[in-house]
Amino acid sequence: MKEFLQTVIAYRYETAAMILFGIGFINLLLQKNLLRKVMAFNVMDSSVFLFLAAQGYIEGRIAPIIVNNDLSATTYINPIPSGLVLTGIVVSVSVSAFFLALILRLYKKYHTIEFDEIMTLAKKEAE
Amino acid sequence: MGKKFLSKFENWLNGEEMPLRERHVRSLHRKKHVQAEPLPEDVRINRFIHLYHVSAVLVAVCLVGVLLYTVFHLPLFGSPNNPASNEVAQRYIEQGLAETGAVNAVAGMILDYRAFDTFGESNVLFLAICSVIVLLLRDQNNIVVEEDVQEKHEREIEKANEDIILKRIAFLIVPCILLFGMYVVLNGHLSPGGGFSGGSIMGGGLILFAASYGAARVKLFFNMRTFRTITTTALLCYALSKAYSFFTGANGLESHIPLGTPGAILSAGLILILDICVGFVVACTMYGFYAFISRGEL
Repeated sequence: MKEFLQTVIAYRYETAAMILFGIGFINLLLQKNLLRKVMAFNVMDSSVFLFLAAQGYIEGRIAPIIVNNDLSATTYINPIPSGLVLTGIVVSVSVSAFFLALILRLYKKYHTIEFDEIMTLAKKEAE
Repeated sequence: MGKKFLSKFENWLNGEEMPLRERHVRSLHRKKHVQAEPLPEDVRINRFIHLYHVSAVLVAVCLVGVLLYTVFHLPLFGSPNNPASNEVAQRYIEQGLAETGAVNAVAGMILDYRAFDTFGESNVLFLAICSVIVLLLRDQNNIVVEEDVQEKHEREIEKANEDIILKRIAFLIVPCILLFGMYVVLNGHLSPGGGFSGGSIMGGGLILFAASYGAARVKLFFNMRTFRTITTTALLCYALSKAYSFFTGANGLESHIPLGTPGAILSAGLILILDICVGFVVACTMYGFYAFISRGEL
């Protein structure tokens, strides 16, 4: 048990990221409100960013901005995951905006953003 | 069992039965008042809802378990011998300053070594705003009378209740926000920041201005035409300037772009120009998302 706790503490950021991912995923499955589904999706995105940022971190090193002309790679953390997180954030913002626009269209048509009600109304309309 | 569940799930997705919640509530209601036996169909749907919830929780818990198990077998958090910190990262840090001229290694990486990737990102944002415009633009083909009436009503309420505190604070704070956004964009190669972060700060300032002073004021200097001009010009400028360095780099030609002294504001070759382009695209896109989602026009 003590060993397990030590592992969890050693991997605290990754653990938190995975638990956040689970929270987002379960909300994505269980929430009926489409807006909440989008928020759950964003929680999942954030967990991935946290995971990537944690992977790039190296104990006792500083952010990859060169100070005092110190060019040795042992001074700075890994810059690659930071760049990947940037890509992820941009894609997440774009996808969220697209989702919100689609939800707005659905709301204009059906006057609700509850998933099951929209499905029922759409079915009725098709008949 | 699995097949039955799947077919029920499909029925539910296609909305073939009444809304589940309504059904659920009705059956509870009936139980309370009439004490009659619930219909077999209701029992089935209730059972399905329970099954769906339980299986969703199970799937999520299993997923988190598998992920945590995998995470605990990764190289130790914060260890310098992490396989991700290999010679690529070393090269970016050790040669980055000499090759790109950027003090900020991340900016040097995303706007020089991996500039093609960042061009793709800007295009993703551009495509997102395009699709939002396609979905939400209100022109003569997409106008609902009720909405127009409601919109006019809202504008009247807005005019009648002027928020003096919001206006005064916005008057003080918006110039500072825009200036700070420009600072972040222009110092992207020297300090944390760059086109994406600075652009979103400027977009936030514009959104605050539009929210406090009304969209009509923003329209005076930022309408559909300027939006189109700025975004397409910035993207084209990015593509052309980067095409030059790709062309020279691929053919082994000498690039005539000076790198300047590291740490000066006019340094780092193309990175400053690319940062400004990206900043313009992001600021326009952020404000565009707000404007189209709230009003359906810029």
